[in-house]
Amino acid sequence: MDANLLSSYIFAVIVLNVLLGLMAYMTYIERKVMAAMQDRIGPNRTGPVGLLQPIADGLKLLVKEDIIPKHADRRIFLLAPLLSFVLAPVAAAVIPFGDSITVFGHEVNLYVADINVAVLYFLAIGSMGVFGIILGGYASANRYSLLGGLRAAAQVISYEIILGLSLIGVIILSGSLSLVEIVNQQSETLTIGPLQLPNWFILSQPLAFIIFLIAAVAETNRAPFDLPEAETELIGGFHTEYSGFRFSFFFLAEYISMIVISLFAATIFLGGTDGPIQDGVWWLALKACIFLFFYIWLRTTVPRFRYDQLMGLAWKVLLPLVLINILLTGFIRLWGLGML
Amino acid sequence: MSLEITQGTPVEISEERALTDSRRQMVLNMGPQHPSTHGVMRVVLTLEGETIVDCDPVLGYLHRGVEKLGETHRYSQFVPWTDRTDYVAAPSNNLGYILAVEKLCGIEAPERATYWRMIMGELARLASHLVWLGTHALDIGALSMSLYCFRERELILDIFETFCGARLTTNMMEMGGFSRPIPEQLPGMVRDFCNVFPKMQAEYETLLSSNPIWLSRTRGVGVIEPEAAISYSLTGACLRGSGINYDVRKATPYLYYDRMEFEVPLGTRGDVYDRYLVRMEEMRQSISIIEQCMEQMPTDGPLALTESPYVIPEHDNVMKTAEDMQRHFIWVIKGFSPPKGEVYQAIEHSKGELGYYLVSDGTPIPYRVRLRTPDFVNLQSLPYMAQGAALADVVALIGTIDIVLGSVDR
Repeated sequence: MDANLLSSYIFAVIVLNVLLGLMAYMTYIERKVMAAMQDRIGPNRTGPVGLLQPIADGLKLLVKEDIIPKHADRRIFLLAPLLSFVLAPVAAAVIPFGDSITVFGHEVNLYVADINVAVLYFLAIGSMGVFGIILGGYASANRYSLLGGLRAAAQVISYEIILGLSLIGVIILSGSLSLVEIVNQQSETLTIGPLQLPNWFILSQPLAFIIFLIAAVAETNRAPFDLPEAETELIGGFHTEYSGFRFSFFFLAEYISMIVISLFAATIFLGGTDGPIQDGVWWLALKACIFLFFYIWLRTTVPRFRYDQLMGLAWKVLLPLVLINILLTGFIRLWGLGML
Repeated sequence: MSLEITQGTPVEISEERALTDSRRQMVLNMGPQHPSTHGVMRVVLTLEGETIVDCDPVLGYLHRGVEKLGETHRYSQFVPWTDRTDYVAAPSNNLGYILAVEKLCGIEAPERATYWRMIMGELARLASHLVWLGTHALDIGALSMSLYCFRERELILDIFETFCGARLTTNMMEMGGFSRPIPEQLPGMVRDFCNVFPKMQAEYETLLSSNPIWLSRTRGVGVIEPEAAISYSLTGACLRGSGINYDVRKATPYLYYDRMEFEVPLGTRGDVYDRYLVRMEEMRQSISIIEQCMEQMPTDGPLALTESPYVIPEHDNVMKTAEDMQRHFIWVIKGFSPPKGEVYQAIEHSKGELGYYLVSDGTPIPYRVRLRTPDFVNLQSLPYMAQGAALADVVALIGTIDIVLGSVDR
């Protein structure tokens, strides 16, 4: 077997396992951070300072009874959580975790795949993840789930467009769809007079960054855009009828999507592994943590949007803004190249 | 279609019906087990997409026959039952009932006891409004508000606990005043609370009042026209949110509300946001009333009208003199017999006008007990408000009416 392919396989397994572990502790961190924000203690009974809580939660979900509603569309009902769960970590394949390192005399790249359309690949996989939600909502034979599924469909279509368009600016500036290339460009230093700034795209594309951030929250169905779930209206929405480990698949998928999209945002806008001292994967992790903290912060602070307001925000506010951003970026790029 | 469900006909779950006008509508059964119906209320919604075509609240899941129970218990035995109607503001319920019985007997509590009744009544209003704010905001998705509100409510419950030993179902008010002394630390606790609470409330308002999402979820949602508010005989914040100035404390003052200086906040648009503002301002006014009570209250004086035959005798002498022991024994075993007659006493409860109607036939057991609970009446406006609203608005509308199912179903 090709050594490069083998090392890619091994690295993919490592990334997958790290993601799953992170996801488990993401739930713990979320509960702890939320507790701190809400003047509570949070989980503290299982293990020291509640550190075994994610494991206890996982075990509990695994041994719970697996209920399939009588009227459910059985095959689709079983397929839906798998679809969500499988597609969530797949998107992480294109994220570069650093420069190549040498292991046992072999040069190993710290990414699973460097494909020349990595950004498109990421968006494509991200938008497929919602099929799990739609199908789960439809197959449950529950009206709350059906409404949740419908909301998910409408929401993801709207925000997928915004998400994609917000990246166009970056792509125009970098001239590449490969994430490795985008990261490499950002590691250069930008000198404006006496200022030495990193050439991160958040500085040249601030509007796109904000829009991306909003769309990313909507894309992962997190508060205040958690309409498909809408605990207080739809009682869990698409996953009302799911129990046990099938429910945990949806749960895993949501958190993995959050982590992956945070990594992606850090890669695209914050320079990925680039840092002020000693570039490396820790910078990427730190930047992703900022995004994850932002997710939790939002959840504790703001109320939920209504369905029509959510659509209004996407089509009436964000879409025009993002188009203006593309237009401006295009002109600036042409001017920079001396073609204007 | 909703009628069909109430009759228990099984409805095919996945079936959407094509109606005669070829529009497809869906019946959604919300509750009785639903996190946002604030208890066991059921709302049968007819939806077209996410728009509500028809809304039909189905009540009675928590019906315990409180009114009938009142006709089988002696006057003082009914007080704990009033706790269990609107259980988030139990002292107010106690107060309304005790005032009704006192009116029937023609007695009035001493000045100091009356001031303490007002303080407890206003604290109950605050506790109830805090539960309302927390759950209302939670329904709309502001997760943290409920925890902040319950944190402050805890202080009020601590005051209740110090005062009477109970936190939720207080059974606090007694005929003719209070038979137990006021604990020493209580005035300090009340003052501390009055100092702390306004800062906390300001914090809530920074989270909600100008939050664009909160505004878009509440502005223009669930508008009640002033005429409709009157014709539905709404009371409390639901009425005042529509700009109609009616507060029982001002209209027919009871206790010493005529001695207090306070304002009745009024809304202008009658939407969910106005009712939110009205209740927030009511909380500030309540704090001011409590402060005024603490200021005006005589430091010393009797707490109970012990000479009256309708009032439980002082406990001190029960074990010392034969007369007192006999009187105590008879009062407890036989109760007291108010004069024949009927009486209606309304108070401004946190949710609106709470009325108790009692008919006495001269025996120790009331002939008829009737409760006018404000949220039961206010809940009538739900179908009116829900017309054409979105599904997500229903939870906001249920929240804005501020219902407690114990009080709605009785």
